[in-house]
Amino acid sequence: MPQLVPLSWYVVLASVLFLIGLGAVLRRRNVLVVLMCIELMLNAINLNLVAFAHFLEDVRGEIIAMFVITITAAEVAVALAIVIALVRHKKTLKVDHMTILKG
Amino acid sequence: MGIFFFLLFAILAVALALTMVIARNPVHSALALMGCFVQVAALFVLLHSPFLATVQIFVYVGAIMVLFLFVIMILDIRNVTLQRFLHGGKWLSLVLVGLVGVVVVGALLNSERLARLTPHPSPLGGTTSEIGVAMFGEFLLPFEIVSVILLVALVGAILMARKEP
Repeated sequence: MPQLVPLSWYVVLASVLFLIGLGAVLRRRNVLVVLMCIELMLNAINLNLVAFAHFLEDVRGEIIAMFVITITAAEVAVALAIVIALVRHKKTLKVDHMTILKG
Repeated sequence: MGIFFFLLFAILAVALALTMVIARNPVHSALALMGCFVQVAALFVLLHSPFLATVQIFVYVGAIMVLFLFVIMILDIRNVTLQRFLHGGKWLSLVLVGLVGVVVVGALLNSERLARLTPHPSPLGGTTSEIGVAMFGEFLLPFEIVSVILLVALVGAILMARKEP
């Protein structure tokens, strides 16, 4: 009988990854790295979903995780297209220079 | 055994995530994030969902990160690599994130309902067919909606990224 990992370890790991991504979203200057940090946060959520699906013996968590992965793929495609269009217009990748929508 | 592998993958994932945050070059960030995703896929295997681990590696490592690398190489990144972090308000956001972290981790470690759930040592395999049955039965409508969302995102991305005539 192997020793089993408790659920709280998975949830703590997921929240640590989420907080690393959150801190980087707040602090990083490069818009591409900010997008990558959003990916990391979504992946931490996926880890949570799969861990709970396993511990509650419910397959629905895994299916929602798969939907999250799909939506993430769509989001990244659109976000990178926006970045390309923005760089073509403004010639910058810095987050604090992208203030067109500011009143 | 399980605990050893969990700690190995968890420490590697956190270290690679920190590398992604600290790295000066966005290409290094993307590679570190790729490694982190592979570690998370390994954790999915530990959680008896090999199908989702495969999907994770296909979609994240195979598609999303390659897209990121392409965009990084298309765009000229030399002028942004000099400065990593925003200036001003440095400590406020870090203290905020640290505070949220302390609260979340403390609440999770002291939770009684989490500790009551115990893992069931089910044999590997069989979950893929369960996922298929649930996805094309109970989740058929969300599945179709997600496919439409993917199509819309694809068309939108092509429209936005193309050169204006």
